[in-house]
Amino acid sequence: MDKKRKKIDIFCHELVPKHELLSKEEAEKLLKKLNIYPEQLPWIKKSDPAAVAIGAKPGDIVKIIRKSPTAGETVVYRYVIDK
Amino acid sequence: MSLYRPPKKIGAIRFGLLSPETIRKMSVTRIITPDTYSEDGLPIDSGLMDGRLGTIEPGQRCKTCGNRIGECPGHFGHIELARPVIHVGFAKVIYKILRATCRKCSRILLSDEELEDFKKRMDEYEKKWKGLSEEISDELLKKASRVSKCPHCGESQFKIKFEKPTTYYEETKEGLRRLTPIEIRDRLERITDEDARLLGINPKDARPEWMVLTVLPVPPVTVRPSITLESGVRSEDDLTHKLVDIIRINQRLRENIEAGAPQLIIEDLWELLQYHVITYFDNEVSGVPPARHRSGRALRTLSQRLKGKEGRFRSNLSGKRVDFSARTVISPDPNLSINEVGVPIDIAKILTIPERVTEWNIEELKELVIKGPDQYPGANYIIRLDGRRIDLRYVRDRKTIAESLEPGFIVERHLKDGDIVLFNRQPSLHRMSIMAHEVRVLPYRTFRLHLCVCPPYNADFDGDEMNLHVPQSEEARAEARVLMRVQEQVLSPRYGGPIVGAIQDYISSAFLFTSKNNLLTKEEVCQLLSVADYKGDLPEPAVKEPQPLWTGKQIFSLFLPKGLNISLRASVCRKCPGGCLKEKCPYDAYVAVRDGQLITGVIDERSIGAFQPDSILHRIIKDFGTDAAREFLDKIGKLLIEFISRKGFTMGLDDVEIPKVATIRIQEILKEAEEKVDKLIESYRRGELQRLPGRTLEETLEMQIMKVLAEARDKAGDIASEHLGLENHAVIMAETGARGSILNLAQMAACVGQQSVRGERINRGYRNRTLPHFKVGDLSAKARGFVASNYRTGLDPIEFFFHAMGGREGLVDTAVRTSTSGYMQRRLVNALQDLKVEYDGTVRDASSRIIQIIYGEDGVDPAKSDHGKAVNIDIIIEKVLSESEQT
Ligand SMILES: [Mg+2]
Ligand SMILES: [Zn+2]
Ligand SMILES: [Zn+2]
Ligand SMILES: [Zn+2]
Repeated sequence: MDKKRKKIDIFCHELVPKHELLSKEEAEKLLKKLNIYPEQLPWIKKSDPAAVAIGAKPGDIVKIIRKSPTAGETVVYRYVIDK
Repeated sequence: MSLYRPPKKIGAIRFGLLSPETIRKMSVTRIITPDTYSEDGLPIDSGLMDGRLGTIEPGQRCKTCGNRIGECPGHFGHIELARPVIHVGFAKVIYKILRATCRKCSRILLSDEELEDFKKRMDEYEKKWKGLSEEISDELLKKASRVSKCPHCGESQFKIKFEKPTTYYEETKEGLRRLTPIEIRDRLERITDEDARLLGINPKDARPEWMVLTVLPVPPVTVRPSITLESGVRSEDDLTHKLVDIIRINQRLRENIEAGAPQLIIEDLWELLQYHVITYFDNEVSGVPPARHRSGRALRTLSQRLKGKEGRFRSNLSGKRVDFSARTVISPDPNLSINEVGVPIDIAKILTIPERVTEWNIEELKELVIKGPDQYPGANYIIRLDGRRIDLRYVRDRKTIAESLEPGFIVERHLKDGDIVLFNRQPSLHRMSIMAHEVRVLPYRTFRLHLCVCPPYNADFDGDEMNLHVPQSEEARAEARVLMRVQEQVLSPRYGGPIVGAIQDYISSAFLFTSKNNLLTKEEVCQLLSVADYKGDLPEPAVKEPQPLWTGKQIFSLFLPKGLNISLRASVCRKCPGGCLKEKCPYDAYVAVRDGQLITGVIDERSIGAFQPDSILHRIIKDFGTDAAREFLDKIGKLLIEFISRKGFTMGLDDVEIPKVATIRIQEILKEAEEKVDKLIESYRRGELQRLPGRTLEETLEMQIMKVLAEARDKAGDIASEHLGLENHAVIMAETGARGSILNLAQMAACVGQQSVRGERINRGYRNRTLPHFKVGDLSAKARGFVASNYRTGLDPIEFFFHAMGGREGLVDTAVRTSTSGYMQRRLVNALQDLKVEYDGTVRDASSRIIQIIYGEDGVDPAKSDHGKAVNIDIIIEKVLSESEQT
């Protein structure tokens, strides 16, 4: 088998939404705004291809901007977990 | 601030078997005697009602824990069985294990290498997918059962035969040899722990030999209480009866063994003991005659207590029953408000509302107490300051007790007009399946409801029953009134539009009433308006000479709120080619309301019907509030019913009769079509038919035939409708959306058309033909389920048969659909039930984890939206334009 599989940018695909890593300040601001602990956000595995692609580490918060049938575009946040 | 941790989850639940030692350890006494009570009525020691097993009599203290009834949980006893017996529940498992293990050394009948291999796979599976290792055990059991010589000790194996419920044989060369439970237990005992694990039994939780019982636990008396009948005769629970049988036979068996009785007798008794233990666990085992009560009724033993609709699980654990509720048949009452429910007086006298006595209502409540529980309006109970409850049924002098009433007491008074109650119809699939109504106490025995609330409940009056619940606290009543009242539920969150609204005759009537040709005399107007509770002035009559006449539109407008502006196309709109002429529509199908005046257009389903978004009804609710909408529906409803009752609106055979010429034309068309079909078949037979791309020749033929016949049916329908005008009641109902469709009418008047099963013409039945009346391979229209007759003239027997086939499919489809969608709904509800929109707009689950940051990602409440959108620009433009027109 071809070990050197060509790396592809998964975000090029139409159905893969944009993922961004939140800075520490941004993350704190967000948690304060929502008045929650990070664990209360939806989770994303650190092994998730999108998380891997942006280099997210457990404990980070990922901002995902995706299309929405109701709101046009919507922003969601996910807390990166181990495993 | 403590750190948030997601809540703990249940990782696993382990089930195991009780070992004989455990059974003995949890037992408080060994039960020896089959008797329950001695002659003086006291429980016999070591009997089935031994005082140590718990207490069921009030006042008595438990001999084990010292608690009284209610606090004492009950305690197990045990029976030492004279000979082991098979546990029916595990008979199949025992069979599987016997087949897979050696008769001599009890090892699994696979070589060490094979076992090692299985073990490795099992370890791997257990690590990765917990619970999936079961499948490996199944594979192992299957593989081992095929081996005929033990790879460990070399013993040759016999085939094991299992005879339901609990008999096992070995098929030796000399013939069948029965295995006794003792032998079986021996074999199971010798299975090593490692082997047990491979067989699918976790030795930590259960050993195989525990499936053969040597000790039987005796459940506490609290789960099998004896009841004393009114005559003073004590009646024992079915379980106790069964245990008595077991102990009696057990005792006899032991005595016979000890006395050295012949083997045959011992075996018979042993078999009998096995029977009693089987039926003690499950009295519905196939092949075992159920144990019966003296009266002939089958006993309800352990399994029957749990199983089925009436079992512990479905009835007691998942089932919910409540007080302060009522259920009866529903019937319609157009004179009620949509907010009301008619409650039979007999029900109103049973359901109560607790009312606290105050200085201000004390006189009123005294009256109710004096009336008592049998006269309406009265009261059933008084709760005094010390919490004592007085049942007014047993109070001889209610006057005295009424006088003793003082502020702070609670009187449970009968339901009365205006009380708020919850009304429900199953299946409760959406929010509007339970709504709050105001009570109207009425004579007779049915719940009455307004016809406009039938759609949200999906109710009709062919025998439907509904439930009613009476909220018991002030808070509950306030919530019900503010949030759940019908008028607050008119707009459905399913789609932005009203779900409560006019149906059937209301719609036919509205159409007739607002038609251009409907002119009313002053007398008629006054009568209609008085029925509709109209209080106000009459408008200027539209026609003044020779006598004043009012149009239906004028009268209808009296009930529209001032300032209402809307235009829409009615259901009767013909979708005129070349664009709508709007106000100049020749069919009067363009509804225009300006400042609450119906200028043009007929009112029909589109304007006031249920399920109609952007209708007049919808605009009234959105722009003028729920009170206005309720008033509109109540008043216009009464008026329309009165109008159509006076006018008379019927449908009969005459309504689907068409002139002779039309019938002949239809027959010609159908004949032509059938000939065309014959020609198609002919060309197919000759091989001249052109195949359509991607289809076989046969499929092509079928498609073309179906097309020809469908066209013919449509044409026949068109001819029929040419002769059925808008003066025809059936046509009015179809066109206005009140009931039925033009297709239904065409089927009644012209031609029923092709019947189908699985989307194809009917092709099942006999070999290459549908019925023996046809030649083999007949593909003609008639032979494949085309019904050329109409419902009015009737179907011939062959057509009738095909029609029944098609109809059957429809019924099966709906049955299957409801069950699958019901299951889907259940799964969805279970997954979403505790999601909630919090005050900050986020959607969170029960442990306040965020699901959505804004509800629906746009924060729009669909019930308050316009068809799902937050704003509807068209309506705003329309509103602004018509307002500027008026000024
Ligand atoms: Mg029904
Ligand atoms: Zn006790
Ligand atoms: Zn062996
Ligand atoms: Zn039109």
